[in-house]
Amino acid sequence: MNNDTLIPLIGVVTDIRQDTPDVKTFRVNALEGGKVFEHMPGQCAMLSIPGVGEGMFSITSSPTNKEFMEFSIKKCGCLTTWLHEMEVGQQITIRGPYGNYFPVETELKGKDLLFIAGGIGLAPLRSVINYVRDNRSNYGEVQIVYGSRSKDDLVDYQEIISEWQDDPNIQVNLTIDNPQEGWDGHVGFVPNYVKELNPSTNKTVLVCGPPIMIKFTLAGLKELGFTETQVYTTMELRMKCGVGKCGRCNIGHKYVCKDGPVFRFDQLDELPDEY
Amino acid sequence: MLKISADRLNDLFNRIASEQTLYIPVDHEPNTAEYRKYEDGMKLSESLNTVRSAKDFFFPQTENLAEFKVEGKNIEVKDIREESGDFVVFGVRACDARSFSILDKVFLSEPVDSFYKNRRDHGTIITMACTRPAETCFCTAFGIDPTTPEGDVAVFSDGKDYFFLDCTEKGKKFIESVSDMLEDGDTSELEAVREKTRGIMKKLPLAGLKTDSFGGDKLNELFNSPKWAELSESCLGCGTCTFVCPTCQCYDIRDFNTGNGIRRFRCWDSCMYSDFTKMAHGNPRISQLERFRQRFMHKLVYFPANNDGEFGCVGCGRCLSRCPVSMNIVKVMKTLEVK
Repeated sequence: MNNDTLIPLIGVVTDIRQDTPDVKTFRVNALEGGKVFEHMPGQCAMLSIPGVGEGMFSITSSPTNKEFMEFSIKKCGCLTTWLHEMEVGQQITIRGPYGNYFPVETELKGKDLLFIAGGIGLAPLRSVINYVRDNRSNYGEVQIVYGSRSKDDLVDYQEIISEWQDDPNIQVNLTIDNPQEGWDGHVGFVPNYVKELNPSTNKTVLVCGPPIMIKFTLAGLKELGFTETQVYTTMELRMKCGVGKCGRCNIGHKYVCKDGPVFRFDQLDELPDEY
Repeated sequence: MLKISADRLNDLFNRIASEQTLYIPVDHEPNTAEYRKYEDGMKLSESLNTVRSAKDFFFPQTENLAEFKVEGKNIEVKDIREESGDFVVFGVRACDARSFSILDKVFLSEPVDSFYKNRRDHGTIITMACTRPAETCFCTAFGIDPTTPEGDVAVFSDGKDYFFLDCTEKGKKFIESVSDMLEDGDTSELEAVREKTRGIMKKLPLAGLKTDSFGGDKLNELFNSPKWAELSESCLGCGTCTFVCPTCQCYDIRDFNTGNGIRRFRCWDSCMYSDFTKMAHGNPRISQLERFRQRFMHKLVYFPANNDGEFGCVGCGRCLSRCPVSMNIVKVMKTLEVK
């Protein structure tokens, strides 16, 4: 019988990084080394601990990383609590990649890009950001606006300050919700900060974060003159199969696991407001 | 057309059962037909249809997907799939026969579900034309002719004989394998039987049910209808409609600790349940209204949107007779209908 996508492969956790008090980033390799499978930026994978549960997570590492995959996971439920208790060397089951991806080789090519992320919403965008950095000449200006509750809640902070901020071809704007000792950067919510920065409306925008942040960010972008066809986001709903058959992650007739998770806002606009 | 006389039907069943597993609908209580594995002497049910649909044969209520051996930090995956044996399902009605082609569109589209395909490849469907449709029947609304069912082999009865018509290669092979028991028959009375059945269909209470108001292009107008509130008010969220429905295919995947490893299985699930879409951070379908709407939008709008206009309902009427609060797809369609 042919392979079935519901029968998972095995990966091994080879590194664990505590990013924030409730976010850890896990490095996953195939048992024989290297990656379990290839993916494109924005795609997801089903991770599981047998007996605990299975869940869909976006792959935060870039496909240009040829050595391993990474997953930034926030502790918020049964499975993620278990994942946070893992030690290096723990094997997990993994299947995928699932879903579509940010159109890095088509619609985004040659464009000025504006990434807007809130909290753990950076995870799927980090894959695109590093893909763009590794193929820098294919894209125009790159600006990243990223915010979190506090400095300690900025995911991938080390990579941001030691790599992205040092990159002369990228503009990074960080913000935190409230003033904090040891923080001399911007303070305020992401949607307001985006409006203050007043980015040029010829940029293509990729946004991910909590639903409320996305809602106000989109409204702000529209005020600045952006249209919905310029703005991409990535969605998340409960999933079991990952291939559009188990029937639970649909928004209207689109399955987030298969037709998404990446949608342009004009595409989302045509769908019922049920997410 | 080849036929067998009614009094020799059980001889045919014995013959089929000697070569592969045979399932037929039998009455274990009056009017509660269920498919059973055939054993010598079992009598074919005269009920119009089985309580549960025939989807179980290809998409069973529970099935194991894989097993895991967990030792310390190590995990071993065991592929427990086995090639299915050949089997025959006899007596499937036209509505359930159509449900297989609807399920095929889900499970056989890429990536193919090997669990489903395995059974589909090994199963031969022998359908039986309806002669006494019930008040809850409305298959004709979805373009199904109950007197000419789909399947690998279609069987027609004029009361005295059973006539066999092959509809697929698999069906042709089946008829060849039992052809020594069949004889050429005079089909002249068959058309009269079918005509009579069509006449009954036209007079049934749901005969005039219209589908014009539904389809993939009516997405937002139907989703935003204010009528869902009233329609869903009585729904208990019990999920009975989804379990008896031949086209409902939503499933859950769960793990079970056997004490000697972990078994991953899938089982039927229902969009009518509150935890169906519940996530750690919330639930997009917060009340029964959203869940109820999802079930009917899926069958009447989302499925046709993705499948060239084909509806996800076959009009078998099971949900009409089984819903504890008498809510059903016909009431939904009539309420939402644009007159």
